[in-house]
Order: sequence, then C-alpha cells, then structure tokens
Amino acid sequence: MPEGRPILELQGITKSFGGVEALRGVDFALHPGEIHGLVGENGAGKSTLMKIIAGVHTEFSGRFLIDGQERHFRSARDAHAAGIAMVHQELSVAPDLTVAENVFLGNQPTNALGLVQWRRMAREAGEQLARFGIDVDPMSRLGDLPIGLQQLIEIARVLFSGARIVILDEPTSALSPPEVERLFATLRRLREEGTAIVFISHFIEDILRVSDTVTVFRNGRKVAETASAATTKGALIEAMIGRGGEALEHSYTDDLMLPRPSDSQVVLKVDQLSLARSLKDVSFEARAGEVLGIYGFMGCGQQELSRILFGKLKPDAGTLVVEGAPKTFASTAAARRAGVALVPESRRAMLFHQEPVYKNISISILDRISSLLLKPAQERDIAQRQVEQLQIRPPVVGLDLGMLSGGNQQKVALAKWLTYPPKLLVLCEPTRGMDVGAKNDVINIVRDLRARGLAIIVLSTEPETVLSLADRILVLKRGTLVREFKNEPVSKDRLLEAA
Amino acid sequence: MASSETAPAAGQRTRGLASFLRSQMRNIAPFLTLIFLSAFFAVASPSFATIDNLGNILTQVSVTGVIAVGLTFVILCAEIDLSIASIANVTGIAVAYFTLQESYVNIPNIPLPGVAAILLALLLCAALGLVNALGLTVIGIPSFIMTLAMMQIAAGISALLVRGQIAYKVPSLITTLGSGSIGGIPWIVIVAAIMLLAGHLVLTYTRFGRYVYMVGGNREAAEYSGLNVKLILGAVMIISAVCSGIGGMLGVAHFGSAQQNEFDTYLLDSIAAVVVGGTSLFGGRGGIGNTIVGLFVLGVLNNGLDHVNIDSFLKILIRGLILLAALIINVYAQRLREKAAE
Repeated sequence: MPEGRPILELQGITKSFGGVEALRGVDFALHPGEIHGLVGENGAGKSTLMKIIAGVHTEFSGRFLIDGQERHFRSARDAHAAGIAMVHQELSVAPDLTVAENVFLGNQPTNALGLVQWRRMAREAGEQLARFGIDVDPMSRLGDLPIGLQQLIEIARVLFSGARIVILDEPTSALSPPEVERLFATLRRLREEGTAIVFISHFIEDILRVSDTVTVFRNGRKVAETASAATTKGALIEAMIGRGGEALEHSYTDDLMLPRPSDSQVVLKVDQLSLARSLKDVSFEARAGEVLGIYGFMGCGQQELSRILFGKLKPDAGTLVVEGAPKTFASTAAARRAGVALVPESRRAMLFHQEPVYKNISISILDRISSLLLKPAQERDIAQRQVEQLQIRPPVVGLDLGMLSGGNQQKVALAKWLTYPPKLLVLCEPTRGMDVGAKNDVINIVRDLRARGLAIIVLSTEPETVLSLADRILVLKRGTLVREFKNEPVSKDRLLEAA
Repeated sequence: MASSETAPAAGQRTRGLASFLRSQMRNIAPFLTLIFLSAFFAVASPSFATIDNLGNILTQVSVTGVIAVGLTFVILCAEIDLSIASIANVTGIAVAYFTLQESYVNIPNIPLPGVAAILLALLLCAALGLVNALGLTVIGIPSFIMTLAMMQIAAGISALLVRGQIAYKVPSLITTLGSGSIGGIPWIVIVAAIMLLAGHLVLTYTRFGRYVYMVGGNREAAEYSGLNVKLILGAVMIISAVCSGIGGMLGVAHFGSAQQNEFDTYLLDSIAAVVVGGTSLFGGRGGIGNTIVGLFVLGVLNNGLDHVNIDSFLKILIRGLILLAALIINVYAQRLREKAAE
C-alpha cells in the first residue's frame, strides 16, 4: 500500500438522500501515483462518494482534505479548478463536433483575436490521441466513430486535461479487449507521472489487473481496503455481498438449485443476433411456462436485446422465430400483434403520467375491446379487475397515473399486458427501486404468469432479481452470451464470477 | 370545454379547488380572455354586441375554423403543419381550374362536371397531405421543415395553375356552401360547425382519437405500448391537409375568386386559434373545444377592433401581443399541470 501524505483524504463522510443514508461514516485516502480500484454492488455508495469528490454532491457531513487542507466544493467547477476530473459512466461527448473539438472542449487554443486556431488544435489533438494509441483523423466527426472509440477519446480528454486526480466510472464496459489494453497502458503511464486515479468497475478482473489498492463498499459502508496483489476475485465478491445476517432480504449468497430445463413448446428462438458493438452472435430459446433470466452488467447489451425482441431496434444480423414463424418486426405494433410484450426498465418510457390509470391499462388492448368507437365503461371494468388482482393502491382507476407511487406505477406497467396475455413477456429490471413488499408482489405476479403458460424473459443487472425469478439463467458479457446456468446450483457469487 | 373528461376521483377532490383550477388553467384562461374581450368591446362600441354582428363574427371565423379542425389533430400529436394555408389555396384554385370559366378568364383550364372537379381537388389536397405524412414518418424529416417545403410546393402548383390570373367560377355546390345561406344562416357557418363537431366526436369517442392523445402525451410510451405511432402521425397530417383543402374550396366561393396568395393570413390565424384556445404545443392536451374558444377569441378581437376607433396599423401589433400572451399562458399551463400531477 502506498505510503506518504495522501493527495486526497476523506474522513467520516456521511451522505443521505431523503432520509436514506447512502454513505455512512466513510474514510477514504488517495495517494499520488496510485491507481485505486473501487468495487461494490449497485447502490453500495461508490458513485455517491465519487460525486462528492467531483463536486457534484455538495451537501454532506465529514472532513474533506486536499493536500492536507480542508476544502468544501460548491460545484463541479470548484473541483475541476482543484485538479479533479471525472469520466462518468454515461458518455458525455458532443457527437456533432469534430474529434479535435471534443478533445479541447471548452479549452480551445485561440489566437490574439480570440479566433480558434484550428490547425494547431487538430495537430495537438492528434498528438495527444497518438500517445494514447488512438489513430483517427482529428477533423472527423466524433459521432461517426464507434462507441468504444468515442469513450476512449472522452477518457483521453480527461486524462490529458492536467488533472491530478482522475475518477473513471465503469470506463471499460463499452470497450473491446484491445481497447481495454490501451487504456490500461495509458493509466500505468500516468501513474508513473504521479497522477492519482480512481477506477470504479464491475469487472473485478480489470480492477485486479490495473489497480494498486482495492476498496470494497457495501450498503454505504467501506467494508474492506487491501492491496490488489494480496487479494482474489472470490475474496472481493465475498466482501461485496457479505455473509452474516446483515441484509433483511434473502441475499442469495447460498447455492440455489435451478430446476430441470423445461421441454415445453419453444415460443421464441433467437439465432445469431448481432447489433453493431452491442450484441454479437446471440442465440437462445425461450419456452412456454419458463422464466428465462438474462444477467449482465450495465451496458452488456441487455437493453438492446430487449428492444430488438419488441421491434424497437432492428438487428444488423440474425433471426427471430416466434412460435415457428420467422419474424422481422417493422414496428412495435407488429411485435405486439405477434404476441410479444415488453416492460422497459424506465416506467416513464411506457406510462402516460398525465392520463388516468384506466387509460394506461387499456391502451395496448383497445383494438381488442373496441373497433371504431371507444367503450369507456368496459375499459374501466377491465382496469378495475387488474387493479384489484395486482392490489394497486389506491384502487381508483380514474386517478391520474402520476399520483401513484413508483411501485404501483410498475404494477400498472405490468397490468397493461395482462388482460390479454402475450405469448412472450420481456421484463427489464422488473423490481428495480422497489421496497420488499412490492418486490414480492411482482415476483408472485411473474410466477402466476409462468403458471399460465407464458414464456417470460427477465433481464436485469441485479443478481437478486434474476435469482429470485428465473428457472434458467444466461449471462451476457460485453454483448456475448458467456454462460448458461440450468439444472445446477447457482448463487450470487457464481453469477458474478461468470460475468 | 375540457376535451378529455376529468375523472371525478376521490384523490382529485381531496387535492382541493386550488390545485384543480391550476390543472384546468389551460381551459379556463382562454375562456376568461374571451369573456373579457367581449365585455370590453360591448362597452366600447354600441354596434359590437348585436345579433347581426354575432353573425358577422361567425362567418368571419368559419374558414379558419374548418382549417383549424385538422390542425388541432396535428398539434395534439406535438407536430406542426405550416402548409395548411398553401394547401387551402391550391385546393381552391384546383376546384376552379376544373370548372368552366367565363371567356375573359385567360387560364388554359380543364372544365369538368362539378362533382369531378370537387373530387379531384380533394384528391389533390389528400395527396399533398400524404407527401407530408411520408416525409415525416418514412424519411423522418421534422414536420416543421417538411411542411415548410410543402408550403412552397403547394404555392408553386397554385402559381402554375392560375399563372397570375384570377378565376371566378367554382362548382355550384361549392358556391352554395361558401356564399349561400339557409333560413338566414350562412351555409359556411353550418359547414364549419359540422366539421368542428365531427372533429370533436372523433377525438373524444373513437379509438383513433384516443391514440392521437396518447401519442401526443408521451410518444415513447405509445411506442412501448405497441401503437403504430407512424401510422397515427401520418393520418393526422392527411386529415390536416384535407381539412385545409375543404376550407380552401369554401373560402374561394366565399371570396368570389381564386388567385395566388389568397390564404396567406390563414396560416397564422389557424395556428393562433388552436394555441390561444389552450391546446398544448407539447401535445396530448386540449381539443376541438379549446379550438372553438380560440376561434372566438380571434374573431371577437379582429371584429371588435373594427368597431372601435383605432389605428388600423396598430391592430396588427395588438394581435401579436395577444398571441404572445396566449403562448405564455400555454407554456405556464403545461408546467402547472405537470406540477399538479407530481
């Protein structure tokens, strides 16, 4: 572990959002010339801590020291001025500007008249990127480049901005293996030059390969800090998940036996599906009366896969076969008519917040219950039945959807598809952000639908969600299916290990 | 005048009158504007508040009303149609082009029986609407730009058909509907009323009408609900073009002539009527009821300013300011409603 005076030191940091503590008394130190890995489950507090360091969250308690001096940032600008730069998980580039403009964003070289010196900017951008092993024309439009390259360019911009502290949040999720190598080589060179780097990732192998120190977060607490050379993937996963009775919920740390694979009718057959850099040669089958779980980290291609199944995205290659008939969906309407239904991870994306609950429930089945004229009384009856069956609170179908709580909105999103059940139901993150009670309700609804013979696909980045629902589990890693769990013991450790 | 019925739910009652009024701001504000303007002109001019003048106002807003029916559908979907006035113009010119003109009209036209002329004119505006629809949905050109191009295309066809001349004759059916009256009521008012009523019924009681509101309210959600969003957007563009075409034919009969640039003021008037009435520019809120109130606000304003002694050049400025005020209310009403829903 590095010795000497830390460049950044946090003591007893506590931060809460609306009464929920996201960080509880966290100490954290970062030394010059150190690559510090950060691991933990979704919601463990990693990102919150980094956003405090980068000046995004300014309200917290605890001491914040830079070079031994107490500081309090009021904005991300303050943090930037203090030499702290962060690459966020979501790409934040200007796709319509050139590569050079992106590299020099907000910092373009100008002449005495204040005009941009294009030739100098292009030359310097090219030199900087070349140091990173990126060989592109600095004057090409950034949006025309592959996503991984865009991400590398954004990282390069931050790394070469002269910051003393660089925070990288999931920098490798969209990168191909050779690109990851280039990134690591650059990080190591910057370390030699004395830059302090924080590296957050779900890919524990990546963390172990590049970092000097690893810190593990769980439930808003720092639970371990160790030299990377002195630990293993298994030990880190164990620290992340925790043994012992800390969690109230079923923690799925012990092995769970998956049932024998069903031999019922194949409802969906996916063959060699590929989409740009998101998916590559994905093939699987979904059967009636079976819940197929697809697990993977954020950005592994789950979202794209679900959109292809529902006709929202068109794959570059590959085929979909629904109940024996090959399909190329021209629209989501075509997918719906073929018996496919999707509940996306964002409620906002599929609900009408300013419309009453019953119109939200009936929208997808209007063509079944009415031809030319609407039948509002029947719509309300159907909605009332769903509201009672799913125990949506308050049970008033005339209420605007926006007045319901998040968990109840999620139930409405499911209720839309249940009056005339589809053949294939695709659920993205069905229990995200729900309390225990609502989660259990959703789990029961899904089990009930399985009993009614639907083929169900659950896609999630949360191992618990997949483990609590699925009969068979596929693991998606950087757009490729890497592992299938069936008729065998599975646990959170095993899932994380495979991903 | 709310077009989407407000549900009498328990939760809403408990929210209290204030927040109910806030959420209904978009419907109440235009109505108050109308009452205020009417009262003002009634006091300012003795000739304003008369039965005769009411008839004048109704006649004056009829052509705008017919065009605004289709535009209401488009704006409810959060799109815009800038080609309405040009399509009205070209359709009016086309129906005259296919009618036998007096010998002194020097247009190389093609005289046909009245029914054929009307059908061809309707076909023309529907076809132009179809081009708008395809540009918007298949190619993906934003409606603002697509209909801007169509504005020029329709004006170009008009120019080619009349070549700077003026035609006067239209089929007798159109002449009657545009300038005749029955029992003292002008046919054009009756046609406008029927079109507005039909638009209201379609929006409120049909499946298609519901889809229009849902697509406008949240297009992404409509798509994730498995609606054919492109089909619905295409349909509203065609409805808009056909309504404009009907308005154009009636207008030509009403004015007694068909010529280039005859409908130029109707673009702004129609958009103003829909928006002043309180239909949301962000889509999903409002309806024909709002458009009717908007039409009356514009009608009373235009007519009333003629009854009071005011600089006629100032009238243009005043109309602009009233439109601005309505737009501000429109945007605020959206925000207040979003707050009330949260």
